[in-house]
Amino acid sequence: MNTLTRETREGDRRQAVQFITPPASVTEIGDGYMLEIEMPGVKKDGLEISVENNELTVIGRRSLPAVEGTPIHRESRPENFRRAFEIDPSIDADKISAKIDQGLVTLILPKAEHVKPRKIAVS
Amino acid sequence: MNLIRYQVPDTSPWPALDRWGNLRDELNSFFDMPFSTAFGRPGQLFTGWSPALDLYDSGDHFVAVVELPGMRKEDIDISLHDGTLTISGERKRESESNNGETTQRSERYIGTFRRSIALPTRVDAGRVSATYQDGILKVTLSKAEEAKPKQIQVS
Repeated sequence: MNTLTRETREGDRRQAVQFITPPASVTEIGDGYMLEIEMPGVKKDGLEISVENNELTVIGRRSLPAVEGTPIHRESRPENFRRAFEIDPSIDADKISAKIDQGLVTLILPKAEHVKPRKIAVS
Repeated sequence: MNLIRYQVPDTSPWPALDRWGNLRDELNSFFDMPFSTAFGRPGQLFTGWSPALDLYDSGDHFVAVVELPGMRKEDIDISLHDGTLTISGERKRESESNNGETTQRSERYIGTFRRSIALPTRVDAGRVSATYQDGILKVTLSKAEEAKPKQIQVS
């Protein structure tokens, strides 16, 4: 117990960033994929989506106005959301689009042109 | 071929030990923290979709907050009976079309949910309002007149 408190005092200098991993679902649609991630309480400007080295990272920061009052019962967690995915190179990272509606983030990941099946003409 | 692989970041459900500066205060505040998902939701008989529900007492009214991402207003049902607030609804698949769609993996619950909470004091059933924004449902219930906190003057 003594060593625990000694260590934690040093740790105060570091920025403690805690995230929750939100549930997500992947659906294959036509020429690509649709990714849905649940992030209640997150507005459009609280979303941070980035792709780096075939890794897609989605961070959602909650911007809820605090409810005035004493909490009688609490189940929700105040932490922000973060989910990272490894994207197959067949996805065209430049054409990924995202939208958020009622706390549900929907990303469309289209497959790159060169992997689509195409006919080859015989000369 | 497995086209997208998940890589869940290893986040610990416990708060960062950094915040345990003053151990006793932090231990006290630990008990004020919301229930960890590891313990499950109290009063839950089946494992299914159980959205998080918070209840606040704001003096002359209660506020119930439920996390319901990706729903439509018309699919949410709010009812009050005998001092118990019940919120239920059904989440349907966004696109009902079946044109070559195959779900590769789904962690999201699709289907119905039902959460009930008993309110500590009587509320005025005629004065209940609700808003649904950013996936958060907020229900405001005004307390019945006799249940509101009152100042009593000492003469």
